[in-house]
This record gives sequence, structure tokens and C-alpha cells, in this order.
Amino acid sequence: MGSGHGETINVTLKVWRQDGPGDAGRFDVHQQAISTDASFLEMLDQLNEQLNDAGAEPVAFESDCREGICGTCGVMINGRAHGPQKATATCQLHMREFRDGDEIVVEPFRAAGFPVVRDLAVDRSPLDRIVEAGGYISVNTGAASDANLTPVPKPAADMAFDAAACIGCGACVAACPNSAAQLFTSAKIGHLGLLPQGQAERWSRTESMVETMEEFFGSCTNHGECSEACPKEISLDFIAFMNRDYMKAKVKNRALAGQR
Amino acid sequence: MTDMTTSTAASSGRGTSPALDGRVPDGDLATKWEDHKFSMKLVNPNNKRRFDVIVVGTGLAGASAAASLGELGYRVKAFTFHDSPRRAHSIAAQGGINAAKNYPNDGDSVHRLFYDTVKGGDYRSREANVHRLAEVSVNIIDQATAQGVPFARDYGGLLDNRSFGGAQVSRTFYARGQTGQQLLIGAYSALMRQVAAGTVELHSRSEMLDVVVKDGRACGIVTRDLLSGEVTPHSAHAVVLATGGYGNVYFLSTNAMMCNVTAAWRAHRKGAFFANPCYTQIHPTCIPVSDDFQSKLTLMSESLRNDGRIWVPDAFDDARAAADIPESERDYYLERKYPAFGNLVPRDVASRNAKTVCDEGRGVGPLKNGVFLDFAAAIARDGVDAIAAKYGNLFDMYQRITGENPYEQPMRIYPAIHYTMGGLWVDYHLMTTVPGLYAVGEANFSDHGANRLGASALMQGLADGYFVLPYTIGDDLAGMLGEQAVPTDDPVFTEAVAGVNDEQHRWLSINGTKSVDHYHRELGRIVWEYIGMERDKAGLEKALTEIPALREEFHANVRVLGSADTLNQSLEKAGRVADFFELAELMARDALEREESCGGHFRAEHQTEDGEAQRDDDEFAHVAAWEWNGTGTAQTRHREELSFENVALSQRSYK
Ligand SMILES: Cc1cc2nc3c(=O)[nH]c(=O)nc-3n(C[C@H](O)[C@H](O)[C@H](O)COP(=O)(O)OP(=O)(O)OC[C@H]3O[C@@H](n4cnc5c(N)ncnc54)[C@H](O)[C@@H]3O)c2cc1C
Ligand code: SF4
Ligand code: FES
Repeated sequence: MGSGHGETINVTLKVWRQDGPGDAGRFDVHQQAISTDASFLEMLDQLNEQLNDAGAEPVAFESDCREGICGTCGVMINGRAHGPQKATATCQLHMREFRDGDEIVVEPFRAAGFPVVRDLAVDRSPLDRIVEAGGYISVNTGAASDANLTPVPKPAADMAFDAAACIGCGACVAACPNSAAQLFTSAKIGHLGLLPQGQAERWSRTESMVETMEEFFGSCTNHGECSEACPKEISLDFIAFMNRDYMKAKVKNRALAGQR
Repeated sequence: MTDMTTSTAASSGRGTSPALDGRVPDGDLATKWEDHKFSMKLVNPNNKRRFDVIVVGTGLAGASAAASLGELGYRVKAFTFHDSPRRAHSIAAQGGINAAKNYPNDGDSVHRLFYDTVKGGDYRSREANVHRLAEVSVNIIDQATAQGVPFARDYGGLLDNRSFGGAQVSRTFYARGQTGQQLLIGAYSALMRQVAAGTVELHSRSEMLDVVVKDGRACGIVTRDLLSGEVTPHSAHAVVLATGGYGNVYFLSTNAMMCNVTAAWRAHRKGAFFANPCYTQIHPTCIPVSDDFQSKLTLMSESLRNDGRIWVPDAFDDARAAADIPESERDYYLERKYPAFGNLVPRDVASRNAKTVCDEGRGVGPLKNGVFLDFAAAIARDGVDAIAAKYGNLFDMYQRITGENPYEQPMRIYPAIHYTMGGLWVDYHLMTTVPGLYAVGEANFSDHGANRLGASALMQGLADGYFVLPYTIGDDLAGMLGEQAVPTDDPVFTEAVAGVNDEQHRWLSINGTKSVDHYHRELGRIVWEYIGMERDKAGLEKALTEIPALREEFHANVRVLGSADTLNQSLEKAGRVADFFELAELMARDALEREESCGGHFRAEHQTEDGEAQRDDDEFAHVAAWEWNGTGTAQTRHREELSFENVALSQRSYK
């Protein structure tokens, strides 16, 4: 197959199969010949086509944009969230990162907050719950004033942007030994908390989002694995920002409550 | 099983079909929308909570609509097949969003944006809609900025603009290469705020598989839960479809993998006319197909054409590396043919010329399916650092995908399907031909005519969702005060639910030999070959025999394994591909009937001496909207005549 300029390599795939949330799960092993031009997910596509032809159910895995921006994809590849290449989501990983004869273990993101749905697909909806808890600026449609009325200093705008680049993939949670969601949550808190538009709700937002996060996810013990795995290289500095804001928020929100 | 004849359509004759009342208000173009907003009926705040509104799709159009309706006080139910609203295809938009803010003071205005959009659409859109779009464009930027969307800023802290897609003014707002992502996160957070407030009930991983109509009015939908397989009816006073475009009918496109036409198509089967399906847009700068297992195509930003030079070797089947081909044996064909615009000719012109040289056998790369986009001259002129500063992330992305270093050898590019201008026909209120059923965003046909300008899709989706639909829907609902939504135990719902359940079991019981993807890929080949960049009568007729034949085989021989009561991605895709088959046939018929070239629709028979699209304004300055007549019967073609009172029709030339 294939007439691109990549070479064909043979790899041994150990793929996690699990029929549903209640199933114990197991590994299936497949020998796969694949062009180094293929993406990792195209290799799984090809495996699925072969499985289907052979009468076996295809492996469930999720992806959509395949451009590293939607955050839908994400599996553990040889124990690493999104695999070996730095700053690269699973869908952006290509087979030229592997060698002939490699064994590749493919598992779902493993985290207490992300139950397995089937095979390699997990439920990441707790991340939506964190956003629902305050990851927004309250401005009804039509209520906004002219966009240039509030200048934003470029450094603040740039830093807010660095945080806003988070794609919500959850790799940070999967990479964390404690299944903590600090990097994701702090990216949202940092994005909004750095902008003038986000100041009015800064303290209530921080408290509410952090506490919702704690309902679903483990606690942070500063391993830094999250940032290593993050396809957008979100910085650990945002976790520090969030922690500081959380401490302040506790004080401020209590003071505000006292005034009511 | 479907079996449509391919006989010529019954046509509704000249003049606007009585079935297509565009409801465009009278009056001066510039004040029409303001006046109309005043004359529309309102639903008072306390009564809004008596109305249920369903919004299907939570991309830019759907999330903005659902959030805005929730803020107004309607009881909203929002549905997406994604696991989270933030994953919609809108997230992938890179370049930017247009708005007539005129911050750079370079002569932009609402009228200019209106004019550029009508002209860019090759005079095949409705003036009144486009003008409204240009008017509300400015509000979008204000709204998004207030939500915290981090648009690019200058050193004074004010918003920055750039020019895009050949516009002569800088009106494009952008957020690095992630404009779609940042706008969607803004709309998504507004939506989640309403979810928290209890005005919006969010149903993720829920795929709409039918629209329910009672006594001619849309009254709800049927969804399938993608995890449990449960099929559920939902009723409402109005249904809004914000379900995106159909570019994936080509199998390979720049669209996300899950984009599909199912929601729009099932609405079509329930009576919503489908307009201009043959208007599809090709983007000239995508990475060429590299192998048989290619799953999608990746867009390389159009901005690269500002500094890259496009060429192919003079010789046929020249297998030398680019560096070994001397200048004298290279054909910079765009610079040669279009000295004035050179490498910056519009998308469709650049695309067709790439196809021509590849078809001649002068394509480059291992599969001879691309043309060079060469930065050597720009690097020699400006230095590597300057080029890296401008395009570094794109160069990295290219290298990650192809394994080739564009600083050292030219990129290879080829056109790919990118956007679909056709879609559900809607009137000025964004209502389809089924009362109570609306379509917003890429799912409708409205504002781009036969060709969309760069950075205008994000603008249109958000205009529809934030600033148009929330007004127009109130006017229609006001008349329904006191009416209860149709209960979900009504026979119209139980029948629709049974239909969806039957469909799932039918796919699982075929037990053929080939996968759904196999048929999708084969369908895509036909559509790309005959209804792609260039169409002609013979090819379209061929498509009209090949598509039904392949469709028959698909319905008889597809193999969908597993069960219906769990996550089953093949099962999901089977229904979507079935709808693509029916759509593809309609595209071919629409393209065949439109005996002219305009925008993204290029009929080889209709071109100027320069190879430019040759419109026929006397015969074809109309929208073609197709009415479903039941499975096995050809759709009827209706026309909505377009009149141009504020712009003069002209012929493009880029020489
Ligand atoms: C690579 C790329 C780059 C682009 N760049 C730009 C750009 O720079 N500027 C610009 O203006 N435009 C750009 N576009 C075009 C633009 O992104 C899209 O046209 C626009 O985002 C579409 O938005 P939408 O809300 O209509 O649909 P989408 O974002 O596609 O959302 C569709 C929604 O509907 C849901 N859905 C669909 N069917 C169903 C169903 N049956 N049941 C339940 N839910 C369903 C999906 O889950 C999703 O939530 C680009 C497009 C591509 C492909
Ligand atoms: S912080 Fe990084 S790893 Fe975590 S969700 Fe965001 S993009 Fe993914
Ligand atoms: S599929 Fe979208 S980020 Fe990977």
C-alpha cells in the first residue's frame, strides 16, 4: 500500500480494548505495516479498516480536527499522554517518529476524573463543569461597549493569549500522577484574570472554579508532568497565578460576603 | 433503501417561485434592518419563558444563538454530537474575522464590506441579507472582546487588523492563527454561563437524526445518545439548525472528520428546500494527498502566497528535485498568465490553474499531485529570520506533516475543498421553508452567494447567532403565545423515533463486506472528479450514473459491526454517508442545471477567453432551491430571483 516517499515500517501494536465503562478491559496485539508518512491516527484508521474487513469490531477512538486544535483526540502512547513528540497532540503525531520493529502500547487517558467510555475513548465532561462554574465573563449579547474603549496592554494581552491557547484535551490530567486538573483550570483563570474585562468577576470566578475542580480531580503536588505533556505548552506559571488568586479570593470573597 | 431517479427536474419556471417568500422588507437598503427591528413583534420578558427553543449545533452559530436566546429568557435545549461544545469545527478557523470597524481609518465602511461581499460572491446573494451582515459585523467584535477573546493588539493596546483574501482595506481581526478557537471559546463560555443559569439545557454526544413536523410546522427533533444509543424525542416551539457545512461529501477536505450534512439533509427530507448545493469552495493552498490512507487535508494559510512563488517544471514528468531544476526550466505560471496579480489571484483562479498543470503531467512530488510554493526568493531577499517570524508556525506544521523542510526546499501544495456556500434555503428571518425551522451559520445558504470571502464565515455565523436570529425568532414566536409545544407522545414523535430506531437496525443487519469509510472514500472520488474544481456536462452526467450505482452497492453491501446500544462510530458514520450519497446526487443535478460559471461553480463550457468564469446574469441571477419529493422521485427546482439595486454587476479580470 502507499506510494508516498515514506518508507514502510512494521510495528507491534498493543491496543487497549474495553467494551464499556463496566468492562475490565484487555490488550489486543496487532502487527501493523505502515508508511512513515501516515499520521498515528491514520495508522489506527488502517487497523480499523482491516479489523472490519476481518469481521472484528473496530477500535473506538476519538478525533475530529486532526490539526491539533479541537482537543478531541488524545491517547496514552507508551505511557505518555499524546505520545513521544513534544508540544504535539496525538493527531499531529506521525509515524516517522517510530522505528521499524517498535512496540507501541496504546491506552486511553487514565485518570479518575475521566472514566473510560469504550476502548480508547474517555469522558472528559468534568472539564465543562469547571468552565460552567465561572469560566466566563458575564456580558449579555448586545451589552458590550466599543471594543477599543478598553485598551489592553500588549504584554497582558499576550500572556492572556498564552493561557487561552489551551485546547481542553485533558492530557495534563492524564499525565499527572494525581489526576489533577490544575493546568487546565489555571489556564482558564489566567486567561480571564489577566484581562481588564475579566476583573469584575476575578475573585468569585477563581474560588468557584477551583472548588468545582476539586470535586472531580486530584490535588496538585507540583510534579510538572502536566506541562510536559501539554500540546500547547501551557506554563506552570499559571498554576502559581491561580494559587495566589485563590488565596486572595478566599479573603476578598469573605470580606465581600460580610458587607452584604 | 433509497432509489432516486435521475430524470431532469421539474422546474418551477421563471420568476420567483411562490414557495420562496424571502420576506425581505421594503425600504432603503441602509435602514432596512433597523426599521424592520422596530416593526417586528416582540415577546415580553415574562412570556419568553413559555417558549421552548431547540438549537442543534454548538459551533460559532449555534453556541452564540443558544447563549443569546437563553439570556433573553427562552427555555433553550442545545444539542451537539461532540463531547463538548468547544470542539465544534469552528475551532479550526485560522485566519480571522472581518468587520467594518474602520479602526485603521483606511476607508472601510459598512457599505464597502457589503459591496465587497456581494461582488466576491459573484452576484449570487441577497443584497438585504448581506447589508445586514455588514451592519452587525461591528457588534461582533465588541461582543467578543467583552467576553475576553484575545484578539491581536498593537503596542498601544488597541485592536490590530490585517488585510485578507485580496481586500483593499484592513478589516480582518485575528487572534494569532487561532481566531476560530478564541471566538468559539468566547461563545462557548457564554453558553456555559447560561447552562449554569439554568436557561440552557445542554445535551452533548447527542446526534439529531430527524426533524419532526406537525401540520406543516417544525415541532421538535429526534436524537440518538452516542454513548447509550438511546433514541429520544424532544419537542419545542421552534427548532434552529446550526449544524455546519457539507464539505466532507468529498471525503477529503479541510473540514474536521465529523462534519456532515445529516441534520440539514434530514430537514430537507422533511420539507426544507436545499439551496445552491453546487456552490462549494476550494482552497488553493493545502498539503497534497500523500497516500491511500489519507484521512483529511490540512490547510496552509493563504497568507503564504504573499511571499511564496508558485511554479512547476516546464517539462512533463520531470523527476528532478526542485533545486536541480534551473530557473530557465521553471514555469511560474501564475506570474506568467496574470502579470498584474501574479501569485495573489483569487482562490478559484489559483486552484484551477494548479489543476491544469497537474493534469498536464507537470505536477510535482512523489504522486505528481502538487505544485511548488517556493520561498527561496523571499528568504534571499528578507533573510531566514524574517520569514520565520512571519510563517514559522506554518513551516513547522508543514514539516511535521510532510517530513520536508520548507526553508530548504519548496512546499508542495494543492487545492482542497474547504467551505460550502450552499445549504438550507432561508428567508430574511433565517427561517427555512418549514415554518418554525431555522438555519444559521454554514448550514444555511445565505450570505456568500457563489463564493465566500476569506474571514467572512466566522462573521456570518456569529452575526446569525448573536444579532439576527434572537430578533427574528421573537417575531415568529409572538404569534404562538399560549400554544403548548406538541407533546412527545404525539404520533408524529413516536413515528419519528421508530424510524430512527429502524434505521440503526437496518445498518447493523446488512452485514456486507466493505466498511463505511470505503464507500465514503469512493463517493468522495466521484464527487471530486466530476463536481470538484471544474465541471462539465459529460462529467456531471457520468456522476449521475456512478453515484446512484455506488449508493445501491453501499446500501446492499456495507458492513457495520457491533450493536446500537453503545458507542459505535461505524454506525454513526453509516447514516451520515447515506445522506452524503443523496446530497452528492443533488449537487450534480444542481451543477448540471446551472449553465453558467459563477464563484466556486466553474463549468468548463462557460468561460471567457481568459479562462475566467463566465456568468449568465440574464438566465441565472437566481437562487436554485430544491424541494424534496419523496424517496425515489427527483427533487423540484425552484428559483428565487435576485435583484441588484445597489451594486452594478461586473465581470472579474485579474490580468
Ligand atoms: C481549516 C479551516 C479554516 C477556516 N478558517 C476560516 C477563517 O479564518 N475565517 C472564516 O471566517 N472562516 C474560516 N473557515 C470557515 C468557518 O470556520 C466555518 O464556516 C464556520 O466555523 C462554521 O461554523 P458553524 O457554527 O456554522 O458550524 P460548525 O462549527 O461546523 O458547528 C457545527 C455544530 O453542529 C453540531 N452538529 C452537526 N450535525 C449535528 C447533528 N446531526 N446532531 C447534533 N449536532 C450536530 C456539531 O456538533 C457542531 O457543534 C475555516 C474553515 C476551515 C475548514
Ligand atoms: S492545559 Fe494543555 S494538556 Fe491541559 S487541557 Fe489545556 S491544552 Fe490540554
Ligand atoms: S483531533 Fe483535534 S486536536 Fe487532535
